[in-house]
Amino acid sequence: MDMPTPSLQILSRKARIVERLLEVLPADAVVHDPNEVRAYECDALSAYRCPPLAAVLPRDTAEVAAVLRVCFEERVPVVPRGAGTSLAGGALPTADSVILGVARMNGVLEVDYPNRFIRVQSGRTNLSVTGAVESDGFFYAPDPSSQLACAIAGNIAMNSGGAHCLKYGVTTNNLLGVTMVLMDGTVVEIGGPWMDAGGLDLLGVVCGSEGQLGVVTEATLRILPKPEGALPVLIGFNESEVAGACVSDIIKAGVLPVAIEFMDGPCIKACEAFAKAGYPDCEALLIVEVEGSEAEIRHQLGLITEIARRHNPVEIREAADEAQAKRIWLGRKSAFGAMGQINDYMCLDGTIPVSSLPHVLRRIGELSRDYGLDVANVFHAGDGNMHPLILYNANLPGDQEKCEALGADILRLCVEVGGCLTGEHGVGIEKRDLMEVQYGAADLEAQVRVKDVFDPRWLLNPAKVFPLHVTAGRRAG
Amino acid sequence: MRPENEAELSEMVRHARGPLAVRGGGTRGLAARGAVVLETSGLSGVRLYEPGALTLVAGAGTPVAEIEVALATEGQRLAFEVPDLRQVLGRAGASTIGGVVAENASGPRRVQAGACRDFLLGVRFVDGRGDVLRNGGRVMKNVTGYDLVKLMAGSRGRLGVLTEVALKVLPKPEAEVTLALRGLSDAQAVAALSAALGSPYEVSGAAHLPGQGTFLRIEGFAGSVRYRFGELARLLQGFGVAEEVPSPWAAIRDVGPLAAVAGDLWRLSVKPSEAPGIVARMGAEAVIYDWGGGLIWARMAPGADLRARLGVFAGHATRLSGAPGIAALPPEAAPVVALSEGLRAQFDPRGIFAAPEEV
Repeated sequence: MDMPTPSLQILSRKARIVERLLEVLPADAVVHDPNEVRAYECDALSAYRCPPLAAVLPRDTAEVAAVLRVCFEERVPVVPRGAGTSLAGGALPTADSVILGVARMNGVLEVDYPNRFIRVQSGRTNLSVTGAVESDGFFYAPDPSSQLACAIAGNIAMNSGGAHCLKYGVTTNNLLGVTMVLMDGTVVEIGGPWMDAGGLDLLGVVCGSEGQLGVVTEATLRILPKPEGALPVLIGFNESEVAGACVSDIIKAGVLPVAIEFMDGPCIKACEAFAKAGYPDCEALLIVEVEGSEAEIRHQLGLITEIARRHNPVEIREAADEAQAKRIWLGRKSAFGAMGQINDYMCLDGTIPVSSLPHVLRRIGELSRDYGLDVANVFHAGDGNMHPLILYNANLPGDQEKCEALGADILRLCVEVGGCLTGEHGVGIEKRDLMEVQYGAADLEAQVRVKDVFDPRWLLNPAKVFPLHVTAGRRAG
Repeated sequence: MRPENEAELSEMVRHARGPLAVRGGGTRGLAARGAVVLETSGLSGVRLYEPGALTLVAGAGTPVAEIEVALATEGQRLAFEVPDLRQVLGRAGASTIGGVVAENASGPRRVQAGACRDFLLGVRFVDGRGDVLRNGGRVMKNVTGYDLVKLMAGSRGRLGVLTEVALKVLPKPEAEVTLALRGLSDAQAVAALSAALGSPYEVSGAAHLPGQGTFLRIEGFAGSVRYRFGELARLLQGFGVAEEVPSPWAAIRDVGPLAAVAGDLWRLSVKPSEAPGIVARMGAEAVIYDWGGGLIWARMAPGADLRARLGVFAGHATRLSGAPGIAALPPEAAPVVALSEGLRAQFDPRGIFAAPEEV
């Protein structure tokens, strides 16, 4: 993975830059010791590491603005960081950059039930947003798997999804407004506790811009009343393709589950070994969850199992109660951990039209055989968001490169069938060089021009999202 | 000008000296004065429809009616409920899907299902340079690069001419029922709507028509709708006796109750709980509340400056009809204006897409 050569001019000015940062922040909010900055050398894409020049931990919007003004004047790149859980390297530093971590900004600013929103500082974790309102019967819907750790700032940067977005949408559908600081220190308020934009929908383009347009310090989020109840059904099949066809039939039938999760044979076996969830021994599993009152849940599960029976399932297991529901989810929720126990793996995030599921699963199987690397599939099938896990051995020379090449081929396949490179993890550095598979030169140029407007000096997270050659002239400027 | 395809449109824009006013069916948008009209009706037709993937792709000039018929044959629909403003605005013509997207036009179901922009999966458009651009795609989850799809939704033809849109569609529910409460003041009504929207019963419409009633819609499986009606009625006991009424939602969606009232038409997007206070201050001829109070449609005396009467409030107001003199589009804070103008300058450097200011 190429990263731009760090600017010697910036590295040589470290002492002055740190001094200026200390003028606007308390001493404990500026990390500059070469050993201490190593805490910020990577995110959850830990194959790539680079300690930053320094890291700052501001407490509020005013401090963020002060830090950014300093970096703007000193022309130092800034890499915003939520909780550092990005799987795409979105928060990977360069040696000449300052990490701006929002972890200390974790307060709840306002809770408003009649208008169904909460306003929080952006460093608050996803799960603790729900935590602030759940005793009153509300929740924040987007639920990425990392929700215990990940910050709202990172959710907004990556437009994070989760298992339940089939019904509730992703971050952009649940974000009403932000307070954002531009690279030059300007504070901008976009949106608020109302339901649309008066002019251009800037909120729409800020969400998912991977920390390249501004640093979001506060967010107004839509909260929803908790459903009366929710229960899953587990359905096992002897073939992945049949499970794929079943997903398509469920969606077409007019039932709208909150989640349809898919696991294939290799993944089921690993989860069984790891979590002992008691899954049937089969080639594909669906976990379909529905919500409502007891009677509503039973009615919907009835419709779903009726559809499933037409596809000769090997097993149908309706959760009778909360305890059984937990068991059904147990394996799925520990899938990534289970795979990590037995192997190094790379997690992909391509999305495909649901109708292409059987074809894509077959092709992934063929590619896996061609490369001689196992691929386990676990994903949000309802919205076509695949998470193929490619298993490899990081200690075997050449295996990581082989794994990345297979990953690229799978993502090309996703684009070929009408899908995209990433459904919820973001581009970061990981998929940066594949962007031209999905978009033409003019399409990328149009996106790059948006950054020109928000960050004309190209100092915010500059080496991400776009192939380096596309942004070379701008970053140099 | 009426291009027959995207390539022709690209050439027209490239060679245009402007100003150009992009026009779908001319049924809802704010028109621009002194501009050459660029009609999108030639860019018509459903290009892809996969009911099993809940996806439809259509040319921007495709009449909404044509799309709705195609969806209905598969028991599906555009869940954001396209408002038909012809009657209230006194317009004729056939609304196009591109026009709907350009206005982010969203009906009562906004409170539950989302706005037009939330169902927009991908766009193709021609920018002010004449370049054909693509963003998003046709899948439901896509974070590949910047989301220009949302930026194009509601951009009112200022960043480019939409040529094709990909939409997420949803199944039509089995049943629908409307619960009405009578005799509530505006403040009581919005409180009742908030209580209902804060319940787990998935209210998909929440409106108040002063003098007529306060309405809540529930949709879903027949048994479910029955059950939720009962639960909601119980929850709202303190606001009066709930009755079941025929569906008023087409009229609410289309702002029907204001069609017969004279005056300028305004649309306000506000914090729901503040809506009754705002209405009390603005001295309208007539209003209706949708989106649980978050959307106010108002008829004002001709030439009345609604914004001057309100002063600062949480939200924004747009004027959709009446003589020029008062800005049609809401004012925005300086940093937002700078960013919006910056984006316009990038997508339309020659400034050939006319401002939809004057009606």
